Amino acid sequence: MTDDLPRTDAAADAVGADAYPAAGQPLLRIEGVAKTFGTFRAVDGVSLDIKAGEFFALLGPSGCGKTTLLRMLAGFEAPDEGRILLGGKDIAQALPHERPINMMFQNYALFPHLSVRDNIAFGLKRARLARADIATRVAEMVALVKLEGLEKRKPDQLSGGQRQRVALARALARRPQLLLLDEPLAALDKKLRENTQGELMELQRRLGMTFIIVTHDQEEAMTMASRIGVMKAGKLAQVASPRELYEAPRSRWIAEFVGDINLFEAESKLRDGHRLVIGTSGAGALVVAEPREPVGAGKLSVAIRPEKVKLSRRGPVSEAGHETAINRLDGVIADICYLGGTTTYKVKLDTGGMVQASVANSARLDVDAYSLNQHVVAWFTPDDCVVLTS
Amino acid sequence: MSGRRIFARPARFAAIAPYVWMVLFFLVPFGFVLKISLSQTAIAQPPYEPLFDPTAGWEALKAAFAALSIDNFKLLASDDLYVFAYVRSLTVAATATALLLLIGYPIAYGMARLPRRWQAVAMVLVIVPFWTSFLIRIYAWINILQHDGLLNQILLALHLVSRPVVWLSTDTAMYIGIVYSYLPFMILPLYATLAKMEPVLEEAASDLGAPPWQVFWLVTFPLSLPGVGAGVLLCFIPIVGEFVIPDLLAGSNSLMIGQTLWLEFFTNKDWPVASAAAIVLLVVLLVPLLLYERLQKRQLEQGR
Repeated sequence: MTDDLPRTDAAADAVGADAYPAAGQPLLRIEGVAKTFGTFRAVDGVSLDIKAGEFFALLGPSGCGKTTLLRMLAGFEAPDEGRILLGGKDIAQALPHERPINMMFQNYALFPHLSVRDNIAFGLKRARLARADIATRVAEMVALVKLEGLEKRKPDQLSGGQRQRVALARALARRPQLLLLDEPLAALDKKLRENTQGELMELQRRLGMTFIIVTHDQEEAMTMASRIGVMKAGKLAQVASPRELYEAPRSRWIAEFVGDINLFEAESKLRDGHRLVIGTSGAGALVVAEPREPVGAGKLSVAIRPEKVKLSRRGPVSEAGHETAINRLDGVIADICYLGGTTTYKVKLDTGGMVQASVANSARLDVDAYSLNQHVVAWFTPDDCVVLTS
Repeated sequence: MSGRRIFARPARFAAIAPYVWMVLFFLVPFGFVLKISLSQTAIAQPPYEPLFDPTAGWEALKAAFAALSIDNFKLLASDDLYVFAYVRSLTVAATATALLLLIGYPIAYGMARLPRRWQAVAMVLVIVPFWTSFLIRIYAWINILQHDGLLNQILLALHLVSRPVVWLSTDTAMYIGIVYSYLPFMILPLYATLAKMEPVLEEAASDLGAPPWQVFWLVTFPLSLPGVGAGVLLCFIPIVGEFVIPDLLAGSNSLMIGQTLWLEFFTNKDWPVASAAAIVLLVVLLVPLLLYERLQKRQLEQGR
């Protein structure tokens, strides 16, 4: 995308711009919001601050309440409890058309009877903008999403990717303070989805707008968002940056939901200076770094991401004095899964457990590859392990 | 390849079946009526002449052809009675259709927004009255609307009127009867399009700043136009030719074309004039009929 397009200023132009917060204040504050359908508590006491200019992702499996939360932000559902403050003003009970928030719908919800131009102009006409201003803004939006020449088409004359762009342009046209995106890329094929992810990030950065995206695809959330809120059964399980979420998941459930992970159930726990020695059922005693937060009383497990497990034929060359600091597990290759960039090996440990190791295929020829039933040593450092409670 | 040939014959028959139907049950009878409309009345059995007698020979047939005339059509155009009847038929049909749309739309919309299982119940409620004979239902309305009928009893009991209101033999009674009878024909096509419409489109409109009434006028209503068109034509066309309801419920001072036809046919025994009146009615209705055809075709194309 080129940079010569006019930069829209959300703060100055948005409908109801007077509600825009001062710098540093959260744009959106969700306070103890809950919603019950019949006896099902879809959203169960969610509190969350979102700063202006953030790209925030709500991530969770289907039925976790993320869409209901988004619909409450848009105004399609009213929360039973709690407040939703936008720029300090409670909008929890405001109707959708009264909010300076726009939404990009999952299947785009384009008006089938209106042309691309009229779809994009719909919100502008409702804001009673002058005819000339509407024409300018529509042209600007059309250029922004690169739909030039298609203005007169109806939605059913567009491809899936083009429809997605119209939906985006329509939602952006009013320059909302907050843009909600409900699974915006779910209907696109993989290649197009990846390109669009990049374009959305670029667009968000350039417009300086605040985006909240709902997705069930953890890769999508990790790629695009600056912060991710993981939802489970109507509650926020963890709110963190993609890196923190992946490297320091707060619970076993989150660790398993975000990416692949090896888990070993803890049976005993010993303190050894700055380290813990944890006896596990599958992998024997493992040395792990002392967790930052004190470990709770619940059932513990030791977790290690597959790409942090190294494989070698003879085991690591120990540095003097650090021998105990390395977890060394002997086993045989039980399964090989070639994925192109990486190969995932499943190693059956002599201690009975199973460990997965993801190895980068850094050379084109397979001189380093392991074969089935080959004896290997899987090893990893204490710092790469995470102690989790269930 | 041989498989294709096996299926070719029934497929071809299926393709021409509608045309066979049209020729047998529409064009041939239409030809009879057209022929009668061009002849003169006579005291005979059947009561018109000249008759085609294939056994009478070529000359007699030619004479019969020569005797055909368009006098009946000229009569229709010159006599106010017929012109008024046509105008009244079209006015009544237009008014009744407008009323039907006004009443039917909210009902259809409400039905389409009900939870799934209640939609089926609502549908049955709309259709069930059809299981009773049409005539019985109109007679029931006579009962309700008569001098000491249910409606007047209720109005008197509620002290809304001090003495019974004359309902029967008025246009009001006729409109009640027509609206009541044709309501399902308006509701069902409207319901079909509204139920098919995704509610998320209405959400999108309100998300983009449209208050509820704009959501309706800019999104819901335009998207339901195929249903509106179908419902309007499905009601308008038969109401123009309606005979029973105006005859039983309306006064006798102004007649619809259906009643005029009946009079010419059975009371005056003037088959040729009645036939001519029927032909003109058909031509008048051809416009909305063709509109309906086109609408259906476009919908089919969109449905693909």
